[in-house]
Amino acid sequence: MRLNELKAGEQCRILMVAGEGALRRRLMDMGLTPGTRVFVRKVAPLGDPVVLHLRGYDLTLRKEDAANITIERLPKAAPNAVCAERGRRRRLRGGRI
Amino acid sequence: MKLLFALAGNQNSGKTTLFNQLTGSSQHVGNFPGVTVEKKEGTVRKHKDITVVDLPGIYSLSPYSPEELVSRSFIVDEHPDAIINIVDATNLERNLYLTLQLIELRVPMVVALNMMDEVRANEGFIDTKKMEKELGVPVVPISASKNEGIGELICVAADIAENKKQPTRLDFCSGEVHKAIHAVSHLVEDKALEQGFSARFAATKLIEGDPLLEKRLNLSESQSDILGHFVDEMEKALGTDREAALADMRYSYIEKLVLKAVVKPQQSREQLRSLRIDSVLTHRVFAIPVFLCIMFAIFWLTFGSLGALLSDAFESGIESLIGLIDSGLKSLKVSGWMNSLIVDGILAGVGSVLSFLPVILLLFFFLSILEDTGYMARVAFVMDKLLRKVGLSGRSFVPMLIGFGCSVPAIMATRTLPSERDRKMTIVLAPFMSCSAKLPIYAVFTAAFFSSGQAVVMITLYVLGIVVAILSGLLLKKTVFKGNSMPFLMELPAYRFPSPKSVMLHMWDKAKGFVRRAFTVIFVATIAIWFLQSFSWSFDMVEDSSKSILASIGSLIAPVFAPLGFGDWRASTALVTGFTAKEAVVSTLSVLTGGDVSGLQAIFTPLAAFAFLCFTLLYMPCVAAFAASKRELGSMKAAIAAMAYQTGVAWIIAFIAYQGGTVLGIL
Repeated sequence: MRLNELKAGEQCRILMVAGEGALRRRLMDMGLTPGTRVFVRKVAPLGDPVVLHLRGYDLTLRKEDAANITIERLPKAAPNAVCAERGRRRRLRGGRI
Repeated sequence: MKLLFALAGNQNSGKTTLFNQLTGSSQHVGNFPGVTVEKKEGTVRKHKDITVVDLPGIYSLSPYSPEELVSRSFIVDEHPDAIINIVDATNLERNLYLTLQLIELRVPMVVALNMMDEVRANEGFIDTKKMEKELGVPVVPISASKNEGIGELICVAADIAENKKQPTRLDFCSGEVHKAIHAVSHLVEDKALEQGFSARFAATKLIEGDPLLEKRLNLSESQSDILGHFVDEMEKALGTDREAALADMRYSYIEKLVLKAVVKPQQSREQLRSLRIDSVLTHRVFAIPVFLCIMFAIFWLTFGSLGALLSDAFESGIESLIGLIDSGLKSLKVSGWMNSLIVDGILAGVGSVLSFLPVILLLFFFLSILEDTGYMARVAFVMDKLLRKVGLSGRSFVPMLIGFGCSVPAIMATRTLPSERDRKMTIVLAPFMSCSAKLPIYAVFTAAFFSSGQAVVMITLYVLGIVVAILSGLLLKKTVFKGNSMPFLMELPAYRFPSPKSVMLHMWDKAKGFVRRAFTVIFVATIAIWFLQSFSWSFDMVEDSSKSILASIGSLIAPVFAPLGFGDWRASTALVTGFTAKEAVVSTLSVLTGGDVSGLQAIFTPLAAFAFLCFTLLYMPCVAAFAASKRELGSMKAAIAAMAYQTGVAWIIAFIAYQGGTVLGIL
C-alpha cells in the first residue's frame, strides 16, 4: 500500500521509499525513512497536499510524491499516540518525568 | 582576535531571530556569489571583532539545492572559525539530522538549543550534558526570542573557535555502514585533504552517492572501482540502498539519543494550540474564505484607509519639499533647464516613486507578521493544488495576489520562495496581475468609450490578466523554466507570536532596498525620460511636448502599434512614459490631446481603445518594478528579457483583440 492512499486520521509505518535523486533524498532527509511511524493529520481543502505528523513535527507532502512511499497501515490510534508511545516507553525505563 | 562564525540550522528553528539578536542593525543583506541565494552578514553586538554569516535554512547537506550547496561551499571554502548550529528543542529529531552532517565537516561547532523556554513551560527536560557527550560538541540552551543564553553561546563559540576545538566524536554509525565509512575514509583521505574536506565528510557523501563531490575529488579509476565495491558490499549486507542506509543510520542514532536525553511528558501546549487554530485556518470549508478575508483586510488597510492616509501625507510632504526647492532655485536665479532638471526631472521622478514607500512599509509589515506567525505556510498548503497546474507551488500565491496591488512589493516578496525556478517564474508572471496604478487608465478609457458597461470591461481586463498569467505559466513551464519544480515538502511550524524586532528589521530591510533602488536605477531612468520629454533634437527646451525628442521617438515606434488599432504617435508616446509610472500614461495623453475626452475619441475607436487597454494591462511594468526585478532575478539581462516577454505578450493579445474584433465586427 502507498502513503497517498491513506485517509486523514490513519497511521502507518513506512516500509520503503522509492523515487529518484533529489525527491527521494529530500523525503528521507525530512525523516520519511523505512521504519518510521507516520500519522496523516489532514488533507488540504482542495484535496492535495496532505499534512503528515512524524518525528514530532508536521510536514506537508503532495500526494503524487507520497505515492513513492510504500507503507503498512497501523491500527487506528489517538493522534498523540506517536508522542504518548514515547512517554510510555520512557516511563517504563524509569526515566525522569 | 577576528573571528568568523557560520550560523546554520533548519528553517523555522529561530535562526533569523537569533541572528537578529546577535547582530542587531549591523546586519546587511547581499547574495552568495554566483547564485541568487540571500546572504546575511553582521557583526556581533559588543563583540565587534566577531562576524556572523547567516547560512540559508537547510535540512541537510545534500547536493540537490543551491541553498545546501552554498552552505557546504561556505563552510569548506571560507573556513569559518566556528559553526553555530541552531536546533529547535521542540523538534529535536529532525533538527539533529543536519547536526550530524555538520559535525562530519570537523569544524569547531556549538549547538544552540533554542526554544528552551517552551520546553520548560511544558514541563519537559533535556539533558544537555548527555547530548554533549553523545554528540561530541558543546550544547548551550538558549531562547532567542527571549534573549536568554545568548551571552553564554557567544562565549562558548569564541572559546572553541580560538582554541580550535573540533568535535570530539567521530562515529555515529555502527555495523556495515561503519565499516564502509571507515574503509572509504582511508581510501580518499589524501584527495579529500587536498580539496579541504575532512576525510569523514568526503567518505559519507561518496557513499551516499554525491555526484558533485565525486567530481571534485577527482578519484582515480581504481579508487572509484574500490569505492563502488565497498558500497555494493554494504548495500548487500544491509538489504537497502546507499542513501537509505545512511539516512537510516543517522536517524537511528538520533532516536537513541533523544530517548536518552529528552523527556517530553505530553504534547506541547504550542502544538495543541496550533492544531486548534488550524482546525479553522485549514478547515475544509472555511480555510479559503478566511484567507480571502484576511487578504482583503490587508489590502484595504494598505491601499485604502491607512495606507492612503500615509501615502497622501508622504506625497504632500514631498510636494512641499519640491515646492521649497523650486522657489529656492528660482530665487538663486538658476538657469531654466537646470531648474527643470532638478524639479521636473529628478525630484518629480524620484519623488513619485518614493511615494510608494508607505505602501511598501505597510504591506511588508503585514506580510512579515503572516510569515513569522507561520500562517504563510498554511496559505501555501491550501493553495498549492491550484498553483501546481501552472507549474508553481502554493508559495507563489501570496506574491501573485500582492501583484493586484502593486508589482513592486509582489516581486520583492518572491524572495521567500525556496526554489529559484519558482522565484523567477513568479517574478515574470506577477506583473500580469493588474496593478492599482493602472486603474486610472481603465477609468478614463472606460468612461470615454464604454460608459454603459464600465464594470464589465474592467472585470474582463482583470480576468484577462489572470488568464494570460496562467497560459504564460503553462508555456514557460514547458520552455524556459523546464525541469521539475522542487518537491513541495514543507514544514508546518507551530504558530508563534512574531517577534516585534524581527518584523521591524524585515520591514526596514525591504524599505532600505527600495529606497536605494529609487536613488540609483530609478534616478537614472527618470532623468533620461525627463530629458527626452523636455528637449527637442536641437537641444532647446520645449514647452510643447509634441516637439520633444520623446515625441519623435513615439512617432518612430508608432507604426508598431498600427496593427493594434492605435498607431497614433500620441498613444505610443504615452505608452513610453508609462515606463516611469503607469499613471503617466493618462497624464501624457491628457497633455497631448488637449485634456478632454473628444481628444481621445479622435485617436481611438472603441475597439482600438479596448486593444489599448489590453496592451497597458500586460506590457512591461514601471521602472520601480523593473529595478525590483533586476535585483531579485540577479541580472540586468534577465530583467530585460522578462520585460521583453511581457511586452511581446501584450502586443500579441492586443493584436488578437483588435484584429479579431474587426473581423468579427464587434464594436
